[in-house]
This record gives sequence, C-alpha cells and structure tokens, in this order.
Amino acid sequence: MTNEGNILIIDDEVQIRRLLGITLSANGYLISEAATGKEGLVLAATTHPVLIILDLGLPDADGLDILKKLREWYFKPVIILSVRNAEDDIINALDLGANDYLTKPFRTGELLARIRLAIRQSQSGVDKPILVFGSLSIDLPNHTARKNNEILKLTSTEFSLLALLAKNEGRVLTHTQILKEVWGYGYTEQTQYLRVFVAQLRKKIEDDPSRPKLLLTESGIGYRFAESS
Amino acid sequence: MENTDNRPDPDELLASLRQEEEKSKRGKLKIFFGMCAGVGKTYTMLKTARSEKIKGSDILIGVIETHKRPETEEMVEGFEIVPRITYEYKTGHVQEMDLDAIIARKPHTVLVDELAHTNAPGSRHTKRYQDVLEILENGINVYTTLNVQHLESRSETVAQITGIVVRETLPDEIFENADEVELVDLTTIELLQRLSEGKVYSPERSREAIENFFREGNITALREMALRIVADRVDKQLHDYMQQKRIRGPWKSGLHLLVAIDYSPNSTRLLRWAKNLSYSMGAVIQALYVETLHKLTPREREQLDKNIKLARQLGIKFRIITNIDVVKAIVEFAQKENVTHIIVGKPRVRNLQSMLQLGNFVNRLIRYSGNIDVYILGADSKAKDKYRKKVSVPSFTSNIRQYLIVSLIIALSTIGFYVIKDIAGYQVISFGLLFLVSILAIFYGTGPILLAATLSALIWDFLFIPPQFTLHIEQPEDMLMLVMFFIIALLNGILTSRVRRQEKKIRVREERTHALYQLTRDLSAASGILEVSKIADRYIKKYFNLDCAILLKNDSNLLDNQIVHSDPKIILTENELSIAAWVFKHSSKAGKHTDTLPSTGYTFYPLTGSNENMGVIAVEHNRLLTQGEEQFWEAFISQISGKFEREYLRNVSKKAYLLNESDKLYKTLFNSISHELRIPVSTIMGASDTLLSHQYPEETKLKLYGEINTASVRLNRLIENLLNMSRLESGRITPRPDWCDVQDLANKVSDNLKQELQLFRLSVIIPSTMPLVFIDFGLIEQVIHNLVLNATQHSPAGSRIRLKIFHDSDLLIIQVMDRGPGFPESELMSVFNKFYRGKDAIAGGTGLGLSIVKGFVEAHHGTVVAENRQNGGALFTIKIPVKTAPLDQLTKTED
Repeated sequence: MTNEGNILIIDDEVQIRRLLGITLSANGYLISEAATGKEGLVLAATTHPVLIILDLGLPDADGLDILKKLREWYFKPVIILSVRNAEDDIINALDLGANDYLTKPFRTGELLARIRLAIRQSQSGVDKPILVFGSLSIDLPNHTARKNNEILKLTSTEFSLLALLAKNEGRVLTHTQILKEVWGYGYTEQTQYLRVFVAQLRKKIEDDPSRPKLLLTESGIGYRFAESS
Repeated sequence: MENTDNRPDPDELLASLRQEEEKSKRGKLKIFFGMCAGVGKTYTMLKTARSEKIKGSDILIGVIETHKRPETEEMVEGFEIVPRITYEYKTGHVQEMDLDAIIARKPHTVLVDELAHTNAPGSRHTKRYQDVLEILENGINVYTTLNVQHLESRSETVAQITGIVVRETLPDEIFENADEVELVDLTTIELLQRLSEGKVYSPERSREAIENFFREGNITALREMALRIVADRVDKQLHDYMQQKRIRGPWKSGLHLLVAIDYSPNSTRLLRWAKNLSYSMGAVIQALYVETLHKLTPREREQLDKNIKLARQLGIKFRIITNIDVVKAIVEFAQKENVTHIIVGKPRVRNLQSMLQLGNFVNRLIRYSGNIDVYILGADSKAKDKYRKKVSVPSFTSNIRQYLIVSLIIALSTIGFYVIKDIAGYQVISFGLLFLVSILAIFYGTGPILLAATLSALIWDFLFIPPQFTLHIEQPEDMLMLVMFFIIALLNGILTSRVRRQEKKIRVREERTHALYQLTRDLSAASGILEVSKIADRYIKKYFNLDCAILLKNDSNLLDNQIVHSDPKIILTENELSIAAWVFKHSSKAGKHTDTLPSTGYTFYPLTGSNENMGVIAVEHNRLLTQGEEQFWEAFISQISGKFEREYLRNVSKKAYLLNESDKLYKTLFNSISHELRIPVSTIMGASDTLLSHQYPEETKLKLYGEINTASVRLNRLIENLLNMSRLESGRITPRPDWCDVQDLANKVSDNLKQELQLFRLSVIIPSTMPLVFIDFGLIEQVIHNLVLNATQHSPAGSRIRLKIFHDSDLLIIQVMDRGPGFPESELMSVFNKFYRGKDAIAGGTGLGLSIVKGFVEAHHGTVVAENRQNGGALFTIKIPVKTAPLDQLTKTED
C-alpha cells in the first residue's frame, strides 16, 4: 500500500481513534494518536504529520487553544471534529485557521474526501489561472467567468466573491472570512450583503439556482464551493 | 333581664375554652403579688422555687434583684443563674436579662423578678413583661413578682393615695391572665418593723422611706387594694370554674359595658374606672371613639392616641366609628353590640356652639338609649382647666400667604366699589362685600375669613358709611347693619369652611376606599410573587409615600432572608433581619414606633394571611401613623398578605401538579426512549454479529451493512431530538438571528432529507420578491426539517408535499402541507405536546419532533398551528415576526 503520509488524530475517545485508525490505515495513511491536547502538541512536533484531525472537546485543554498553539508553527491542514450544535466553536476554529470541519457523527467517506482535498490544496504550490467546474470556467487573471462558453455579466463584487470561493474549492469559508476578503474589514457583520450576492451569483452560475450544486450553504457557518472534477 | 335561666352564655363559654387551649401550650405564669416593696415577694418566690427544685424540677434564675438583703441573697445560692447581657449606654452600661439564652436553655421554670421593670434601650422589648410573654410562649413556666401600684388600672389611685406617680406599669391583662397569683402579705405593723430593722433598705434610706412612701396610712390603703384585687380574682376564678364545669349559679355575666371616650385627658380616668367596674362586675367591656367633623389639633390627636393606647393596655376592645352625631353613633353601636351599660364622661362646656349641641348631649343620650343603663362620670377639675386652655386657642392652620391673598382681594375690590359708590349707594356696596366674603369662604380657611369679615366691615364703615373717612356712624340703622354685616360674614365663613372640612374628610375616606378597591383589583389581576410585590410597593409608595422591603417565607416555613422586593434605599442589617424573623414568628409588629425594639430605623409588620404568616414588610415611618392611617394601613397590608397567601398556595398546588406531571413524563420518556433506542441498537448488534460470525455472500453482507447504516441514522436522529428537547427544557434556546435567504433554508432541508423524500414530490413555493429575513438559520432549518420529515412519515408514497414560505409585512409565514390522514379534530390541540403520537403513527418516531418545532418557533416569538386541509391532509402554519431586508434595495446600494 502506498504511503500517503502521517496523520495525527487528537481525540480523547478511544473508539473514535480506533475507527479513524482503521479507516485511515486502510487508505494508506500512517497514524499517530493522542488522547490529550498536551500529548497532541508533542506528537505534532515529533511525527511531522501531513494533517491533523483535532477534536474540540478535549479533557485537558480547550481544542481552540490547542489549535492556536499549533498554528504558531504548524502550517499544514487541520480538520476539526466536533459535536453538533457547536457552531460558535466551529466558526472560531475556522477563523483561527482550521481548514475544514466535520461534526460527529460523521461519515467516513466524507472525512476521507476532506482529508484528500486538504492535503492536495496544501501541496499544490502554484495557483491555476483558470478554474473549471463542469460548464463553469473562471479566468482569474482576466476577471471573467464563462458558463457554457458564454461570458457571464458579473459585477466586480460578484466576481471577487466567486473567485474567492472557487480558489478555496471544497473548503468551507466562514461569513466573516468572506466578508473580510471581498468587502473589507468594516463589513464583517453585514451578512445581508453576502446573502444577496450569493443569491445573485447563484442565478448566474447555477443550472438551477433553487437547487445549487456549486455554491453550497453551510448552515450557520458560511459557504463552500463544490470541488471540481 | 337577660340570662334568667342561669345558663352559661355560649360566647363566654367558647372564649373560656379557647383560653384554656391557648394556655395549655404556653408556659404557666405565677405571680407573687404584694402591696409594696419589702413584703418579701422575692424571698417567697425563691422559697417556693427551692422546694420545687428539691422535688426535682429544672428551675433557674433569669433575673433576681436581691437589693443586698442578706436573707434573700442566702436563698439565691444553689440556683443556676443565667448570666445577664450588658448594654452599653451613654451614661454607662446596664445589665438586662438574657431572653434568648433563657429560651435556648429551655428550663421547666424560670424566675424573673420585677415584672413591671422597663428594659434598657436596645433590648428587644421595652418592657420586661413582654420578655416574660415570649418566654411563656416558648412553653417555659415563669415565676415573677409584682406590686399593686404597677397595675395600669390602679396606678392613678396609687398616685392619689401616696402622691407618687408610678411610671413602670403593665397592662392588667397580664395579671388577669396569670395562671396563679400568690399574695405575699404582711400586716402594716410587721412591714414597718421590718423596715425599721433595716431588712428592706439601709438604715438611712429606711428612715427616708418611712417618712415618705411607707406611712402607715399609705400602707394600709395599698394593702387593702392588694387584698381586694386578689379577692376579686378568686371570685372571678370561681366564676370561670363554674362556667367551665357548667355549674349553675348566680351569674353576673351577660353584662356588657361600653365606654365612650374622646380626645380629652379625662378619658384616661374614664377608662380606668370602667375597667375596674367591669372587673368587679364580671362584665365584657368595649371602648368607642366617635370621629366627628371636629378637626383635631396636634395635641388633641396626641391625647386621643394616648387614650386609645391606654384602652388597649387595659385590655379593652376598641372601636372607632365616624358619624356627625355622637349620641346616635353611641346608641346605635350599643344596640348592635347588645351593650347593657354605657359609660360616658360629663361633657365640658367649651364654647357657644358646643353648648348648643352638647348641652343636651346627656339628655339626648338618656332619651335615645332606651333600656340601656347610662353612667355619667364627672370630670377631674384639674384636667378640665388644662383642657380648656388648650381648646380656647383657635386653630389657625392657614398660612400667611392665604391671609395676604384675602387682604389683597378685599383691597382691590374696595377700589372697584369706591368707583361705583355714587351710583350704587353704600347699602348696596355692603351686599357686594358680603358676597365677596362668602365667595372667599369657599376657598379659604376660618382664619383668613375672619380677617376678611373684619376687614370688609371696617372698610365699609370707614370708606362708605357716611360720614366717610371716619369710623363714626351717625345713623343707628347703619350701626345695626354693620353689626349684622359682621355676623353674617362670620357665620357664612365658618359654615362654609365647616362644609369644606366635611367634604375633605369624605374625600379622604373616598380616596381610601378607592385606593383599596384599586389595590384589590390590581392584586387580583397580578400573578407571581414578584408582580404582587411590585404592585404592593407601588401602592405603598403612592398612598403612604413610604419605601418598603418585603420578605417572604420559604418552603420550609421560615422567613427567607432573601428579600423579595425592596426599595434600593432600604438596606436591612443582620440585626434588622433578625427583628423581621421575630416579627414573622410572633405575628406582631416591631421596630420603630412600636413597643418592641423601638430603637431600630424601620417598622416591621407581619404579613398575616388567613391561615398563616406569609412574611414581613419593613417600612420607614418618619412619624407615628394617626388612627385613621393605621386602619387604612392595616387594610392595605391585609389585602397584600391575602394575595401573597393565595399566590403561595397556588405555587404549592402547582408544584404538586408539576411533580405529578414530571413523574408521568418521566415514565413516558422511559417507555418511549427505551423502545426507540432498543430497535436500532438491536439491529446494529444483530447485523454486525452476523457479519462477524459467519461467511456470507457479498450481496447479503451489503444488505446487512445497509441495515446497520439505517439503524445508526435513526439512532442519530433520536439523539438529535433528545438534545434539542433538553436544550428547550433547560431554556437554553436563545435564537441568534442573522440575515437568511429562505431559499437557502428550503434547499438545506430538501438536501438533508434527500433519502426520505425519494418517494415524494416536494414542491417549494417561494415568491420571487421574498426579502431576506432576520432569523436563526439553524433553528428554523430544524423546524422545517421536522415538519417535512413528519409529512413524509404520514403521507402515502407518491403524494405531494408542499413547502410554502412567504411574508406578510413583518410576518414570516412557513406552511407545510401533506396529503396524509390529517389529525382527529380532538387531537389538533395536543399534536405539539411532548410524546404525542398519532394513533396510526408509523414506527420510528418519538413524539418529540413537533414539540421541538413548537419550542423553536416560540423561541422566535412566533406561533405554530396545525389544521386539517379541506381535501384531506395536514397543514402546519408557522408565523414568526421578523425584520426583513428587500433584496433589490441591497444590491442597488452596493453596485
């Protein structure tokens, strides 16, 4: 089996670690496990993982604190595992630099897809100038987007929004992150603009705007652009 | 005559039974009673106690004054003595009996010397007898000593005999209600001998005492008084005994005295005399004050308060009645209460007006009283003089400004009259002035009107009556007219101001009635302790201008130190809280302006309900309440207490109900959850077990994996529901609204329910002009999710489910419709209840989904209604008030 790299699992639940261990090993990853935050930090420094799966509810420390400490020197992907109904924690984690999140209970297929995407994104050094998502193509240098080969009439804000989401394909972006990037620092509370522009953008880029396939909503957290291919 | 059949009066019998019952729980009071100091009361008490102690009784000394008498000091030895507490005082320190220590020690009997003693400031009670009452209430017996001159009803007579005014007195009631009285008697000769031997006081003091107080005549008089009191008591005891045992005998009962008092110092004498009479007659006694239009001066008010206080101290039931006619009021009251004897004081002649009315006071009383006997007591000459001096000074309560205004109006009008005097003639002008004075009387008090009348008479004389500019009057008819003018002006003024006073009084009474009515109305509309407290506070502020703090009892029937409601200005110290606790326990008021702990800053009133005490209210009176105000206040407090009691009882029954309900809920939950958990768990266990233990073809394995998956999804949904429910139950659901595109909501729901919706056609209907709405996305998503899921569970496969979202001005409306069986009409109200399951519900529901819908919608201040559709199926309609933001406006502002 190929070696896809080392993944560190920081979770206090033995059963979750065991499940992840079995699943990930079967998919060619090496596994290191930590049951506490402290142990996790040590292993992160010593085992050079390509990705860390971090549970927010740890016995010895707040997962967010661990994330903060990790992000001081660890720049590879971190995926958050958390229980449901903790949107605040998830948003905080994403804003603190987590790459993605999954809520327990989760489907292992989904987790594997997220892991692959995160590793791929972190490894591809060069930005592609043209992004293609089925019938939609986005030309980043020329600020144009085509749907079925026809140039879409996009306002500059719409294009910035589309470009930001598309560049981070497959990855969830929080409302705050998007508003900060597209509108600027003063607009991080103005979610109504974001909603309106997302609705407008969907009308232009989606086959059926009422059943979006590209620009997906993450309830209470933000948006995610579907993966290409 | 009444009671010819010699049968006990049932009322009296009941009273005696009640008294007996009351007494059995309380400690017994034994009084060692003597004519004066030095007869050996303390010694006798100690001797009795000693013999009891030898018999094995737990007796200790609370407080004993030995006065350094060697034989007494000898007797004290061997007794346990409760240490006294020291109160620091300006002039040094004073040692007092430690009441709390005695109660805590709870002996069988405690010795407390000198019952009439006045406690040092800072003690709980002003008087020692109050301490004793508290000890008795705690079931401890008390031995105590008392001299005849300390009895309230005798103090005046003693003062008359000996010339010494006794300050330390106590209510006769205490003496009358004592369980045992032992007379400690010495003959006059024996006492004088003891005195001269120095057994009572030191030799120098003895000589002094013999010369002043202990004169032979004095002692004999006091001795006779003491003997008579004890004899009367024995007589009364016999009477009580006969009544209890229903022994027929020559009753004196059925006699009922009514003593009418007023605001004169004479009334104190009247009260004492009547009390003595009632005691020796064995009669019931009541006192009555008739409130008339007469405006009491502060001194009269003070005397009246004193009289009322005395009546209460003497144990006389007291009533106030308002009536213009004193005689009528007395007679009507007497007839209603079956009074047999009316006692009044001889009326004093005060002025012309009173003479006209009161001159026939006695005659009228006698005429109207019918078969009721009337006693008339003469006035004390000294008191009369004092009294006369007081009332002869008229009370001018109007302020300077009123006098000035009246003078100014008269002056201005005079100028006007002067101008027209030649046309009108001076006689007509007199009418004008008279008219003016009458008008002024409507607005101003007696004083200013007196001034107006005098002034206008002088002006008329000086300026108008010829010869002008002199006070001299030539014609006799003018003279007559001037006199008449003055009298008419004066009478007019006085009568009008009298009417005004009456009006004011009626207005005050009306206001009070109205206030009480409003209070009752507001209280009955209120619910919850807090709201009741707020209303109480508001009314007390409004009508008494007082700040208050309310303390209520807790579930364990103790006064909670948690103040339910309090004005920020009132901060109760630890000490004051303990006073509140005392008030609560004893259901009598204490604090400022009362006999108990008067040195504190607040007055504490018990909130007494019909069955038990509800709590305590503390207010800061800056003055003593007048009689009328006190009654008004008590009515107020009783309304408030009643409401608190109702609230309390309601809470109690509600708690019991809730407990019952939660018990039921607990059982339902257990039944439902255990079933719901077991099914998926058994599926997972069974399927995985099969997979682990046998080799099966790939196809079978895949089916088993599928079952495990389905079971875990079901389990997960159950957990989600339970979590949401518990969040709702704990009240931790607070929506965090954000701007939402409702299309997003619909997408999310249909996406998440892809699996379940496979067999159905879901139509989402959202108008194109739908604005953004400000809601909690997650919560509303869950709401729609549950409703659509519910529809899939109850509709036939292939049917259409509609999800309609629209808005009507500021209302977000969400409708979910299906073509299922709908609901039985009788169950429409209960579909949102926890664990409600339709009769034909398919397996896999917990009955939580819809109650979560309701909870989340209500957290948004919205409503949810279930209905049956006309052509079959269920219709859920949710209405949530929201902020909206139209889409087109937002885009225009940006690009």
